[in-house]
Formats: sequence, structure tokens, C-alpha cells
Amino acid sequence: MDTIKLTIDNRVVEVPKGTTILKAAEQMGIRIPTLCNFELEGLALKNHPGGCRICVVEVVGRRNLAPACITECMPDMVVRTNSPRAINARKTVLELMLSDHPNDCLQCPKNGKCELQALAADMGIREIPYKGAQSNYPIELSPSIVRDANKCIMCRRCESVCHEYQSVGAIGAVDRGFPAVVNTAFNEPLINTNCVFCGQCVAVCPVGALSEVDNTGKILRDIANPDVKTCVQVAPAVRVALGEEFGMPAGSIVTGKIAAALKAIGFDYVFDTDWSADLTIMEEGTEAVGRFKAFLSGDKNVKIPIMTSCCPAWVNFYEKFYPELREYPSTAKSPQGMFGATVKTYFADKIGIPREKLISVSVMPCVAKKYECEREELGANGDPDVNYSITTRELARLIKICNIDFANLPEAEFDSPLGASTGAAVIFGVTGGVMEAALRTAYEVLTGKTLPKIDFEEVRGLDGIREATIPIPGVIDLKVAVVYGLKNARTIMEQIKAGNCPYHFVEVMACPGGCIDGAGQPYHHGDASIVKARYKAIYEADRQMPLRKSHENPEVQAIYKEFYGEPCSEKSHHLLHTHYFDKKIKFDLEK
Amino acid sequence: MCGPQIKINEASYRFIQDTCASFNNNPGELINILHKTQEHFGYLPAEVQQVVADCLGIPVGRVYGVVSFYSFFTMKPKGKYAISVCLGTACYVKGAEKVLDALKSELKISEGGVTEDGKFSLDVLRCVGACGLAPVMTINGKTYGRLVPEHVKEILAEYAD
Repeated sequence: MDTIKLTIDNRVVEVPKGTTILKAAEQMGIRIPTLCNFELEGLALKNHPGGCRICVVEVVGRRNLAPACITECMPDMVVRTNSPRAINARKTVLELMLSDHPNDCLQCPKNGKCELQALAADMGIREIPYKGAQSNYPIELSPSIVRDANKCIMCRRCESVCHEYQSVGAIGAVDRGFPAVVNTAFNEPLINTNCVFCGQCVAVCPVGALSEVDNTGKILRDIANPDVKTCVQVAPAVRVALGEEFGMPAGSIVTGKIAAALKAIGFDYVFDTDWSADLTIMEEGTEAVGRFKAFLSGDKNVKIPIMTSCCPAWVNFYEKFYPELREYPSTAKSPQGMFGATVKTYFADKIGIPREKLISVSVMPCVAKKYECEREELGANGDPDVNYSITTRELARLIKICNIDFANLPEAEFDSPLGASTGAAVIFGVTGGVMEAALRTAYEVLTGKTLPKIDFEEVRGLDGIREATIPIPGVIDLKVAVVYGLKNARTIMEQIKAGNCPYHFVEVMACPGGCIDGAGQPYHHGDASIVKARYKAIYEADRQMPLRKSHENPEVQAIYKEFYGEPCSEKSHHLLHTHYFDKKIKFDLEK
Repeated sequence: MCGPQIKINEASYRFIQDTCASFNNNPGELINILHKTQEHFGYLPAEVQQVVADCLGIPVGRVYGVVSFYSFFTMKPKGKYAISVCLGTACYVKGAEKVLDALKSELKISEGGVTEDGKFSLDVLRCVGACGLAPVMTINGKTYGRLVPEHVKEILAEYAD
């Protein structure tokens, strides 16, 4: 490989050709501040517009300052990252940015997590010398995402993830000069656009311009209400990330502490979405097995590949972009949805209260789940199956509001009867997990034999598109694909449309690496090692479980015996399956 | 429950389709397509941008991003006679702003506006490449140079139909 020698801050360094000054400095332990520059390495999220000019450095012999993030190293270059000229320019850029930025840090949803705030502190900003015009945009609320364009610094990270990573393109830069801002087309509310509410824009926004709808206040209100009972479910990926908010290392598994914290907050019943993830495998797995059998018997009408339907942003995506293919995804509701439907029927009956008096809350690594809660079809007579959802970050806030010492909290168990789970359920939190969980069950159902090896390493990993052939002896060589990122999902949908999709079974998750980097998770600020630690932790949590196949979950077996009968029964079709809508833009042609 | 419905005249829809097709539905030709489309409709309303996006297979936000970025493109219908006053450096120092003010008071509209009868619209732009004639304005492409505010009335009179 060609390498280049150059001098940065009086030290000689050798780097591969094509390396930016920013990266070269990083190797030497010199951290040049950045704002717009963003990359979640190995996980397909990136933004390198070279736009904010915070990272400017002095290159000896060059007339103007160079943005370190997009300037490649050249042989014998002499770079000064902290020359007075560079520092003054950096400070001026920051001051100009702050001159049109609201000073409401204390009430800002990003307070304490804001990259602009941190930079202002690092740069020792004490006053803003520029008094110019102030942006004045209304704050927009959607079911999942709050947009406050007054705080936008035009880094365009959100635009990059929305367009390049998800291939959705709901938001982007509009206008020019001072009024330039990230917005939807025609300033439409998000709900009227192609936005799928994945929330990755929120996950990468360095400031408070994009944040999730905060439901912590609703929880405090409902818990204080003596007229209702409250129950909560916790998604798999939350348990490998929440600890980060309390100073624990990334990848800490805090399942028992979460159960304890939710009890301490005052929920009447603390259940586990892992239970309904196992239930999802029973339903989706049975549906899949049925489709494979029909396919093998030569049925030309059966929709193959079957696709997973757990990820709410993915569901929004195919309803908005590929409604004509909406019979491919499984009709199974998401684990959140299955839990909600069960708790508001079976469990409300069991404790003898009407469903409206049972407030069902979910804790999700996800922003799109908030939108899912508001789907009319996921409820009965206007009462939602899940009243509302909070993110992992909101749970952290709630725990802090309630003054609970999370790190030192003794562990507790989830409540019965919707609390037991298997290792197959916890891996729902990672890309490839739903596929692997389904394979563990489908293999045994299809062959009638015990799996020789539980781990399906073939479907694991963090590449955006992975494929494998899983031999199911005597039945089928199952061709599967696992993708994350909706741009990758689009590739599969285009294959189906063209009639050349080679797969039988496809898993799709919208977020990088699956729910472990869901948009509701603690902010990683571009540090991919955090996401990778969560990835490892999920599989560790799987290994620690005494039971690792969904069909072995005793509380899932019990609910079939007591309530649902069998997978894909009439009752489970009614409560655990759903249907999808055509939400694509249509042109109404007038003569 | 279904997706958003966008109403558009069928002939307009076909025109946009044909225009995009004449550029092989290539998103790289977006600006050229928008030029042709604006030339035809006089402006680029939201529904027109939606069809362009659909034909090119790109998000409508991309189209709107370009339309809102370039001052040449407009989402407002123009008057029958579209007046553009140059406020480029040369015109500006030669008093273009006074000409603009005279137009505003004569037409009783501000920049970006259209007269009530739809006859005149008034816009500003930066440099038409006729700096030697500064200050300059154009009406439907016809250039008027070396203007002083007193000229405004008689020029507008040319358009009394």
C-alpha cells in the first residue's frame, strides 16, 4: 500500500494514501473537533460534507485554512492543528453558529448530550459577539419525532442517513443562505411525507433539532392515577444498552436491574417483550413453515420469500414504497403488538378489569414504535393495545427523575405470566436474531428432530446484507437473507419485483446492526465500538439463558394451552396477526 | 386508510412525464427538466414537483431542495408579464433599487408578488450579464437598460393590452 509521510503538530506520521488529516491526527492521539463529520464505522452510517468548518487546520504554504475532515494528506505536508489562526477561525465559526442558536440548553431534550454544547464548553465560549438575525420556525410534533429547526446547524447528518442509508429522503436541505434549513418538501408535517419514523435522524443529530416525543410525563401521571393499573414490557435490546446511561460500560447486561427499576418506579406489572418475541416466533414461524410447505408442494400463489414484520420502520417502508408487495411480509404483529393484544385481552380479564383501565406501556430501543402504538388497527374500539411507548433514553430519564440509584440496584425478576423468555427472544435485538430464532424453531418443527447445534453463525455479523443457505434435512435447502438499513431492504424488494429474488426467508431491520442501535438507544456519537459491545452482549445474554428455543418457553406453551389454542389458530389470527395498507402517494388525474 | 392523493390535470401530468422521458428519466438532468417544466407552466407548484420526483424515482424533497435553492425557480405563478429587476453589483451601484421601488409603488406589489389582475409579477435577480447597460430589468425576456425611476411608467404603458 502507498503511504505518505507528513508532519502534524511537529511530529512526523506515516499514513496510507487517501487518509484525511482528521484521521491521521486521530491516529496520533490528536483530536481535532468536528461537528458535521460523522461516521459509525462498519455500520454504513456516514456524513462527510465538509460543511461546518469547525475542523479547520493550518497547512503550511496553503493560502486558506483546510477542513481536516475532507482534506487528504499529501507528501511532506506540514499541518498545525492548533495554530492561533486555526483556533481563532474555529472559534469564530462556532460563535457565528451560536449567534443563531437558541440559548435554552436547560430545557433542551439534548441537554448534557449535545455536541454543540460540549464544543462550546471545550472552546471556552463565554459570550457571542455577533448579534444577527434569529431563525424562527415552529416546532413540529409527529407521532415519533419532534423537529425544532431553530436548533438545526445544517450539519446534514440527518439528511445523509435519511437519503443514503435508508433511501427514504423525507428530509433534506431546502432554501439557501440564512434561511437554509433541513426540512421536508413543501414544509409538510412528517406524517404527510414518506418518513418511516425510523428515527435515525434523531440518533445522529448532534443538537436538539431532532428528538423523540417524550412520554415520561404520561407515565408519571398514569402511575399516580389510582383508577388504573399499569403494566410495562421491555424490548430485548434495551437490556444491553441502558447501563450506558448510568456510567456502566457499553455491553453491560442489566436485565434484572431494569425489572427492579420499573417496579421501583411503580408499575403494577413488569413484563418482558422477550416473552412475546418467543410468541412471535411461534406465530411467524408457523406461518413461514406453512408457506414453505405450500411452496414445496408447487403452489404458485404462495408469497416467497416470507419477510419479517417486527420492525415498525420497515413496515412503514413497505406500506409507503412497496404496497404492491405487502403480502410478502409475515402477517404476524411485532412482539410489542403481540404483547399489547395479549395484555389487553387475556391479562385484563385475568385480573378482572376492563382493558381501558389497564395502561400498557412499552420500553423500546426504537422511535418508530411510538408510531406503531398509534396504529388504529392495533387496538380495539379506540383503545390502543399499547397505550404508548418510551425509548431506552426516556427510561433512563425516568429512572433519574425517580431518583433511583440504578447502578447499585439489586436485580429483580419479571412478573409472571408474561415474563418468561428464552435466548431466542433476546437475540431479536440484533440483526439476524429474528432469523436465527425462527430457524431454531422451524428446523425442529420441520424435521421433528432436535437441532444438532443451536447457534446459526451463518446469519450473524454486522454486514448490511448477509445471505446463507441453511440445510433442513429432508425438507429444503433454505436460502435466507438478513439485511439492515432500508436501502438494503429496497434491493431485496426490487429483486422480488423483478422476479429474481433467490431467497425463501428474509429478515429486515431498519437500524444499523438491528435494534441494538435503534434510534431510541443511548447516543453513541459515532462510536461504533459501543454498538459492537451491545452486539456481543446480546449473544452473551442468549448463551446465559437456560432455554434457547422459543417453542420451549413454558409461559408461551401455557398461553396456547389456556388462551390461544395453537399457533395461527382463529383466535391468534384475530389478536396476533395484522394487515397492511397501501400508503403510497397516488396521482389523481383530472380531465 | 390509504396514502396521500395528489390532484393534477391529466394533460399536465402527461407533459411532465414526456419531459422527463425526453431526458431518459435521468435524475442528473433534474435542473434541465425543471427549466423545461417551468417554461411550460410558468411556475413549479408542489404537485408538478411530485410528478417530476415520481418520474425520476427520487424523493420529492430532492426536487424541492433544488427548486427552493435556485432563485430562478419559483413556486408562485407569474404574471402575464414577468418583470425581473437585476440587483447584481453593477446594477445595484447604478441605482437599481430606486427603479425597483418605483415599480413597487406603481404596481402596488412587493418583490415576489403578482398584481391582482395577474398581469404583472415582480422579481429580483442577480446579474443578467448586461452590466454595461446597468441598471437593467427584463420583462418576459426583453431587456431594458440604463434605467432611471422615471422610465418605469412609460415602459409599463407598453404592456397596456
